[in-house]
Amino acid sequence: MRRKISLKPITLLLLLITFISYGKEQEVHGEPKTDRKTEIKEYIQHHLKDSYDFGLYSYTSDEGEDKHVGFPLPVILWDNGLKVFSSSKFHHGESVAEVGGDFYKVHHSKIYKVDGADGKILEDDHHHATNERPLDFSITKNVSLIFLVFGIMFFMFSRMAKSYKTNNGMPKGTGRLLEPIVLYVRDDIARPNIGEKHYKKYMSYLLTVFFFVWIVNLFGLTPIGMNVTNNIAITLCLALMTYLITTFSGNKNYWKHIFWMPGVPWPMKIILAPIELLGTIIKPFALMIRLYANITAGHVVLMSIVGMIFLFQNWLGSGLSFLLAFVLAILELLVAALQAYIFTVLSALYFGMAVEEHDHEEGH
Amino acid sequence: MEIPAIVGAGLVVIGAGIGIGRIGGSAMDAIAGQPEATGKIQTAMLIAAALIEGIGFAALFAV
Repeated sequence: MRRKISLKPITLLLLLITFISYGKEQEVHGEPKTDRKTEIKEYIQHHLKDSYDFGLYSYTSDEGEDKHVGFPLPVILWDNGLKVFSSSKFHHGESVAEVGGDFYKVHHSKIYKVDGADGKILEDDHHHATNERPLDFSITKNVSLIFLVFGIMFFMFSRMAKSYKTNNGMPKGTGRLLEPIVLYVRDDIARPNIGEKHYKKYMSYLLTVFFFVWIVNLFGLTPIGMNVTNNIAITLCLALMTYLITTFSGNKNYWKHIFWMPGVPWPMKIILAPIELLGTIIKPFALMIRLYANITAGHVVLMSIVGMIFLFQNWLGSGLSFLLAFVLAILELLVAALQAYIFTVLSALYFGMAVEEHDHEEGH
Repeated sequence: MEIPAIVGAGLVVIGAGIGIGRIGGSAMDAIAGQPEATGKIQTAMLIAAALIEGIGFAALFAV
């Protein structure tokens, strides 16, 4: 009975929202609703991409001028010689930058070479630019955040190490904050998954990856609009490191279980070998996709709901969107930590498989 | 008649949802039965759920 009663106001509320938003739609003067929708879509798509300048926010002034607030970052290109210049030369992608007689233009967040100051980006039938691309080593927004996180982590952990030294082994300040997390990674992630004998070797990697992913994910939730783990190249690098460590620390038993699975009849061994071999690549691939997709999906959903506040433009709809966005942001805080945890646990699990020693040869 | 890829992705997501739901439900049962093993059960649950989730995301990105 209780469920029936609680459903009624929700249904009523949903009905009310649709009516109110329909009523409001006609009142919005000048700006049709579809325009704002595409604007939000473009904003989200822009957020998911890396950029050459560190934009904090941008707006359109009363005079109809686009204003960008932020600071430029260095662009480093290798194109018949090293070329270093400030990204302010692009004027937020609106103009062509001239450096040493060459012209560069930003198109869909990537730098292309163009012929002249009024050069155009040529496109093929599939809307892919056909212009030449110089080798790009720029310090983009993502790279600058990685440097920032590197600095923060270096500062935190050197402070932590120092606090042990100065207080006769008792942690203080940063050390007291971080000690339980470090111990958690050691006692609940590394030890049970890798084993008492080998876990120490992998602690440095596991701790680094855990704190890096966690801090980077948390930065993604700040209004600066950073999205490092939204970039599949970065999760690829993280997963690649796990893959390389697993492969190079694999012992005799690990490879035996891949190529000649003990304890199964020989026709099965032939079938299992390629599957197991493929499995070694699929595991880090899943690591890469999981982190990337979770964070991207979280950001898209969160921004879409924040965008709904501007679509509804009434107290009820916008208020509910605000509440939903608030709850979702808290959920994203959990997801940020959870993804770091899962990445670390699975990495530890794969290392554990690689170094596992079998005393029982016919056990499988 | 051509079935759009998004339908397949939806089916995969339904499957993944059922799978994760079952894992969560079984973990709840296990925790109720053995509250002292909560930590171990939770770890195993998260790992299994994460593996299925990967498949769901792969389907979404294949569209």
